[in-house]
Amino acid sequence: MLRSVPIFRLLALAAIVLNCGLAIAGPYEDALKRFSADSFGETEIAIKDMAASGAQGALPALEALQAGRLSVAGDTVFYLDGNGQATDAATGSRLAGIPADGKVVRLNNRLRRALENALGGLTLFSKDPARRLQAAEALFKSKDTNALPGLEKAISAEPVPAVKKALVEAEAAIMLARPANTAEALGAIRTLRERGDQEALAQLNVAATSLADPAVRSAAEAAVAAIAQRQKLLSVVQNVWYGLSLGSVLLLAAIGLSITFGVMGIINMAHGEMVMLGAYATFLTQEMFRAYAPGWFDWSLAAAIPVAFLLAAAVGVVIERGIIRFLYGRPLETLLATFGVSLILQQSIRTLFGPTNREVTAPAFMSGNFDLFGLSIAYGRMWIIVFTLAVFAFLLFLLKATPLGLRMRAVTQNRRMAASMGIRTAFVDSATFALGSGIAGVAGVALSQIDNVSPNLGQSYIIDSFMVVVFGGVGNLWGTLVSAFALGIGNKFLEPVAGAVLAKIAILVCLILFIQKRPSGLFALKGRAVEQ
Amino acid sequence: MIIQALLAQLDRTGRIFIAVLLGALVLVPLANFALPESSAFHVPTHIVALTGKYLCYAVLALSLDLVWGYCGILSLGHGAFFALGGYAMGMYLMRQIGPRGVYGNPVLPDFMVFLNYKELPWFWYGFDMFPFAIAMAVLVPGLLAFVFGWLAFRSRVTGVYLSIITQAMTYALLLAFFRNDMGFGGNNGLTDFKDLLGFNIQAQGTRVVLYMLSVLLLLAAFLLGRYVVTSTYGKVLVAIRDAESRTRFIGYRVEHYKLLVFTLSAMLAGLAGALYVPQVGIINPSEFAPTNSIEAVIWVAVGGRGTLTGAALGAVLVNGFKSMFTTGALAPYWLFALGGLFILVTLVLPKGILGALSGIGKGWQWRALESARHEDTGDLTTASPDPAPQGQGNATRAAA
Repeated sequence: MLRSVPIFRLLALAAIVLNCGLAIAGPYEDALKRFSADSFGETEIAIKDMAASGAQGALPALEALQAGRLSVAGDTVFYLDGNGQATDAATGSRLAGIPADGKVVRLNNRLRRALENALGGLTLFSKDPARRLQAAEALFKSKDTNALPGLEKAISAEPVPAVKKALVEAEAAIMLARPANTAEALGAIRTLRERGDQEALAQLNVAATSLADPAVRSAAEAAVAAIAQRQKLLSVVQNVWYGLSLGSVLLLAAIGLSITFGVMGIINMAHGEMVMLGAYATFLTQEMFRAYAPGWFDWSLAAAIPVAFLLAAAVGVVIERGIIRFLYGRPLETLLATFGVSLILQQSIRTLFGPTNREVTAPAFMSGNFDLFGLSIAYGRMWIIVFTLAVFAFLLFLLKATPLGLRMRAVTQNRRMAASMGIRTAFVDSATFALGSGIAGVAGVALSQIDNVSPNLGQSYIIDSFMVVVFGGVGNLWGTLVSAFALGIGNKFLEPVAGAVLAKIAILVCLILFIQKRPSGLFALKGRAVEQ
Repeated sequence: MIIQALLAQLDRTGRIFIAVLLGALVLVPLANFALPESSAFHVPTHIVALTGKYLCYAVLALSLDLVWGYCGILSLGHGAFFALGGYAMGMYLMRQIGPRGVYGNPVLPDFMVFLNYKELPWFWYGFDMFPFAIAMAVLVPGLLAFVFGWLAFRSRVTGVYLSIITQAMTYALLLAFFRNDMGFGGNNGLTDFKDLLGFNIQAQGTRVVLYMLSVLLLLAAFLLGRYVVTSTYGKVLVAIRDAESRTRFIGYRVEHYKLLVFTLSAMLAGLAGALYVPQVGIINPSEFAPTNSIEAVIWVAVGGRGTLTGAALGAVLVNGFKSMFTTGALAPYWLFALGGLFILVTLVLPKGILGALSGIGKGWQWRALESARHEDTGDLTTASPDPAPQGQGNATRAAA
């Protein structure tokens, strides 16, 4: 340790000397000397030269100048840092004290503007790639011709491909604004065409109308058409994506209902409240995590899934045993009784948690966006789609590949025969209803991420859920899947044309008409069981 | 003669019902006008208006009973017909405000001035005339019910599916009327009414007359309903309720019968809505909320479906309780009570209060609970007026 200290000192000294050696000959130091003249004209030249030099010290020095911390004392130009320490602008080394005769370099508006441009160019050489990218984007918009030489230097020095691309695009934008020759303009148009976003489109539009050269103009026009085409396609893809996202929400809300209503034929008006219970279970789980295991907070949603399932399933069993079992075969009465249950559940939650929205936070992996071919995709939405499909697959597996599922289907198709074969139909009824309710609770976990967790949460989904199940064909899980996504996508394609509310009304009216045409839905089950 | 013929049609409950209504028609206004306020029997004007409101609900319940109790069509969208009738009346009342609005525009209602309407939308024409407005209050719900029912019954949408699409219908209307662009005042609806046929809508006299009109409307609706259900046509309706397919096989055009009663019921509901609006002073899109329609169903269920009188009784009772509950300290518990009522009535009182009263001699209805369990044999509760599609369908198959 002790021996290494002098070596470091030596190295530092060498670095300073080396720096000075370079600096004396460099344009940066020549530029710095101009500050001594104390005239606005000289200062302006100094700023431009400093920026053009691309030297390491230029950026902090210019930033200090902008902040009014750059002073001149004789031949020494220095600036004060946050601690009040003076740094020599020429060498970047700390000065022993603040020179007594230091005078702050004066600025006027013209200089401030020049300074801003110079800084914009200089950040191109910042060590942080994000800042370099920012600078490139800024130049793309400002199209400052003065920055061109610096930009070219930056392009050749740039190691990160994404930043390099942005730099090249910025160069193209600047070149296209004032092209020197046809080849340059055509190259710029090619670059912008590849970029293909709204800003590139705007610049190309300007080029197509303002430039004189017919070859360039036609190239720009072609590029505009190509970009417009691509954007149209992109908006279709975007609508499909939004539709899938909405469809997954509809599917989540409806999938439990497709068990209770579709398989059992029970009109469960309290279904929405099961979703709401699931959302509140999520809230409670998160509160527990916050209080007892804040380090594991990102796992709170995963932990909420079984909690929500069990809570909603337990409530479901109580409802089935307490009310619904007396009403089998009387669907209209079931509707009324479960509506009563829904009122009671809503009011209970309102009494327990208050009428206001409760906050459920998104874990880190569900927040933010990513970019896919120009399509901005929210992680939260993506995970909800994945989650929905997982729930769907689970349910399908349960119904088609497990003994319990077999019994459920048997009881649905022919209750007396199933009973004769030794299936405990009462137990299967409870299990099926609990399953449907539990799935609704699980849906609540996901919906708590995108909707307000309030006592009214369930009500907003109940009608949509019934529509999805009826549209898809009662008792058909695949039908529910197709219908949810069809309704979601249809809604999102109508929305830009008609507006959100009208689109929803149109979908409802279409559904009402559709049910007239095919009363048993898109995919009706064949056979006696559904023919009532 | 006619009265005698009508009375001969009535059973005991019906006669009591008419007697009560006639008594209410005379006594309440008397108690309001003639008795001094200090008297124990004095009925304050706001109670008169409140009762009038309940009576409008009773007409709505009666119209619902006509389709549900007698034809097995559980409409969860009857509130829509009620609200449409209300809007027709509301539009007339808006036009009556004239230049007395905040913006003083002689033609355009305030909200239109506010929303930068340049001229009256075409569908507001004619609503300055009272007879036209009343006609619309009947015809618009009737037309909607006709088109809707024609589509639905023709393609044999029955039972639960019909309930769900009627609910979707009222939900769609709710969304539509919330839009400002619709020209019906958006979510504020229509309000600030001044007068009706030149009479100040706030005045004691007007309110009492509106109350009396409500009584008369209920009376007329009851007699009309009674006439319908006791006629041959009504017998077919009951047949459709109990065994739709059999009725069809016998040769009746089931969809025509259903369509007629559905349209008639919607018109009645529209009229009730038209009388409701001047008494409460506002109509807004929340009247279309599916919950309202479902609540109307519970009034019928509480009173006893398939009785007409029970529906009216249920509406008045439930709303009376609601007012008592929601104005006092018990307000937060009203939804518990209402929810509990839903469950209790379906489980314990499947035939409602009137059914329970008439069934006291025969013992409680607990037996119906047990026999209702697991019915796919078609032997479901002959006692219950419920159509029970599942059992019925099987019976039909057996017959076929």
